[in-house]
Amino acid sequence: MAVGFAQWGNDLYAGRKSYNIVGRRKIWYGIAIAFVLISGVLLVRPGLNPGIEFRGGSEFVVSGVADRNQQLAIDTVQAIEPTELPRVTTVGKDSLRVQTAELTNVQVEAVRGALASTFGVPTTQVTSTFIGPTWGADVSRKAVTGLIVFLVLVSVVMTAYFRNWRMAVAALAALFHDIMFTAGVYAAVGWEVTPATVIGFLTILGYSIYDTVVVFDKVRENTEGVLDQSLYTYAEKANLAVNQTLVRSINTSVVALLPVASILFIGAFVLGAGTLRDIALALFVGMLIGTFSSIFLATPLEVTLREREPAIQQHTQRILAARAAAAGAGDVADVVVAGPRVSPLRPGAHQGFAAQPKRRR
Amino acid sequence: MIAALAAILFAGHQWSDAALTPNLALDLEGGTQIILTPVPVAGGEITSTTINQAISVIRNRVDASGVAEAEITSQGTGASAKIVVSLPGNPSEETLNLVRTSAQMEFRPVLVTGTGAPAATASPSPTPTATANEGPAAPSSPSDKSYYVTAAVQKQFDALDCTKAANRTGGVNGDPKTAFVTCDKDGAYKYILGPVEVEGKHISSASSGLQQLSNGTVGTLWVVHLNLDSTGTSEFAATSARLFKETEPLNRFAIVLDGLVISAPKINNVIPNGQAEISGSFTRESAATLAGQLNFGALPVSFQVESEQQISATLGSEQLQKGLLAGLIGLILVVIYSFAQYRLLGTLTVASLVLAAVITYLTITLLSWTQGYRLSLPGVAGIIVAIGITADSFIVYFERIRDELRDGRPLGAAVEHGWARARRTIVASDTVNFLAAVVLYVLAVGGVRGFAFTLGLTTLIDLAVVFFFTHPMMEIISRWRFFNEGHTLSGLDPRRLGAPTTRYVGRGRVATAARPTGPLDRDAPAADQPAPGRPVPVGAGTATVGAGTATGGTIAERRAAARRTPAPRAAAPTDSTSTTAGPDDAPTEGNEH
Repeated sequence: MAVGFAQWGNDLYAGRKSYNIVGRRKIWYGIAIAFVLISGVLLVRPGLNPGIEFRGGSEFVVSGVADRNQQLAIDTVQAIEPTELPRVTTVGKDSLRVQTAELTNVQVEAVRGALASTFGVPTTQVTSTFIGPTWGADVSRKAVTGLIVFLVLVSVVMTAYFRNWRMAVAALAALFHDIMFTAGVYAAVGWEVTPATVIGFLTILGYSIYDTVVVFDKVRENTEGVLDQSLYTYAEKANLAVNQTLVRSINTSVVALLPVASILFIGAFVLGAGTLRDIALALFVGMLIGTFSSIFLATPLEVTLREREPAIQQHTQRILAARAAAAGAGDVADVVVAGPRVSPLRPGAHQGFAAQPKRRR
Repeated sequence: MIAALAAILFAGHQWSDAALTPNLALDLEGGTQIILTPVPVAGGEITSTTINQAISVIRNRVDASGVAEAEITSQGTGASAKIVVSLPGNPSEETLNLVRTSAQMEFRPVLVTGTGAPAATASPSPTPTATANEGPAAPSSPSDKSYYVTAAVQKQFDALDCTKAANRTGGVNGDPKTAFVTCDKDGAYKYILGPVEVEGKHISSASSGLQQLSNGTVGTLWVVHLNLDSTGTSEFAATSARLFKETEPLNRFAIVLDGLVISAPKINNVIPNGQAEISGSFTRESAATLAGQLNFGALPVSFQVESEQQISATLGSEQLQKGLLAGLIGLILVVIYSFAQYRLLGTLTVASLVLAAVITYLTITLLSWTQGYRLSLPGVAGIIVAIGITADSFIVYFERIRDELRDGRPLGAAVEHGWARARRTIVASDTVNFLAAVVLYVLAVGGVRGFAFTLGLTTLIDLAVVFFFTHPMMEIISRWRFFNEGHTLSGLDPRRLGAPTTRYVGRGRVATAARPTGPLDRDAPAADQPAPGRPVPVGAGTATVGAGTATGGTIAERRAAARRTPAPRAAAPTDSTSTTAGPDDAPTEGNEH
């Protein structure tokens, strides 16, 4: 397999094998828009399911217990409310603290009674109260402020580095798509959103931009001086860059996803609900879609934006016209579809007769 | 660098209280739960708004003290609301003070002062008697002693015993509109203070430092500097102008913090610029704590500690163990994958990852000792994820080297060129990551800060490892024969990478990469192969490309041959590299059949 993969990588690099990713961009845009729309619907209904850290909930304190078995408390609560994921903590020497989502008065009484009988204490030793969110609105607001500042700064840095604002716009669009998609998956699965999930989302944010920058750097490298040559159009050069980084993208995402997948597997199937599962799902989906969007969304979008530049536009038309002329008959569209085989310039390699200066007839 | 980090850590462990493992956060280790009950004040009502403000202030203070994550929430509703603060581990007294003290500061003029003991004897100032007056209808100024020091106040003052510690617990500031009787915080003096002249909310910033003496040198006394906002500045200027003309003790103003006088300096000048300095018996820590408390403002209400209890970890130790196990499994899979992809070059990846892991561990342990950093489960997950981002740097680097090899460069040059190109990519992408970390760290609070810290740390370590370990190592091993000659198992085999065996070097000459064949491919089943090292025809073309036959035909002829046969090239997976088709691909072909 490794040899086959290496061979595939070689062919992709040399342009012998090429996936027309940039050319078929309308398809990818369609898929991405569909993803975002479906996620948008999922976010409204059923919607995200925020945990007690965000909403607050009910808290029970069982005091004077001899047996501080946390699992027993979890089982007791779940016997009454099967969908609850209570957080149990021991407090001091002989107390248990059980936190659940907000319950109705009837449920609160039921849980109190159950806890009292399970732990063998009178009902009066089980107190219940309402607790506020640990992740309150002010925490969210500050996180959002940080996020906006980050996005603005990243746009500035990318614009400065690539000397072009279009790359930043494309990267942010891809990022938006990634976050929407991941949030949509989260809403569809219906797991509780905890602070761990939010941190997972933030990681995706970083990863998505990071991955896009790596791909864009190759695009930048390939399209350097694209206007000074007359063999390939900007889109073709960018497509070659994407093909050339395909092996790297696959390798990176496999290496990044292997640990996440193992956390997700252990978190979801061995441990059940918890921090690990929450963070791993967000990461798994987000990194997968982040790699996808860098290749299939960010780069084509960047090409679309760049092709609106007059210089690039003229250059593309000139090349297509030259090709049409070279092909003799046939209209431009045919040539565009067929296209030449795009391969990197190899130092010292012969570029073929077409590249030689021609005598004027 | 590792040695240095390890040495520092070990030294800290030997001679100080550094642990050899990082401290764990609330979710993994448990900690202390403090329940704060608001103290009702006259006229002040406890609403959910005040509780939320208090939570926000406490959170800011705790965050500013380090990177430990605290959990702060409200309990109950309405007038019976309480605040529950959970701090990881065994928080120090300073940290607890951050949470417990409300830091309500106000400036009041001093009306009467005396020694701390109860005054059975005559008080140092004339005692207005109850019959003296009921006071004028309105005070002439906040320093109007005859209005504010009523008999009741004087009686309270006389009875107050500041030498008893119980009377110096502080707590609530008095009614801002009337006189206030209190002790200073050491119990040496007691005061009757006038109404509030400058409120603590007009403090725009506070900082701690050593006292600047009038001759410009730095003294040895720790002080807290205050900057007042515009309202505070004008109020303070007016106060100082009035007090300046008074006589002792009326020319003093008291800085009251949580019901105790921490300093009562004499006004020697009119202070128009809104800058004040509090000196007192501060240590470096207590000055910094007070400045921190003042910076984030006072709590809107005072709180008293209802209970302080140990709590267990919110996540079982099982979660951490399983998480680490998952990370280990993931790492092993990564190792297997990188060997499959990069053969022996994978060793370099693994070595770099291990190095990064060791540095991360040492740094986190060091920081948890010096900075109070604590590792939470999301932090652990973040580090496991960092494996991917760190490994990506190597993958980008190796892929660039391979690209250069495919262009026909010899390994040495390929490493050099590949590094120059990969370096740009790695630096650019890591900059973005680091930017994310810094911005989130500075602007966000709570758990997000802890995450941002971990992200920034791993990004920096990634850069350090790539620059100071992976690249130098790559340069070294690229000189080894094993890699330089492109052994099949080296992962840098130019033939597998489809490097052209010939290339034009100018003046009509063609360079032929003299690649050893046969001897290196020990594992090639020689029997069922065409003679190893023999050129193999490319497609239907007449010209052959390969070692030893490069002189057979001009470039143009070979090009022409290549152009005539596009179809076979596309179809056959081993097209122009078919020169290498013999020995190299043999093992795989054998497998495939």
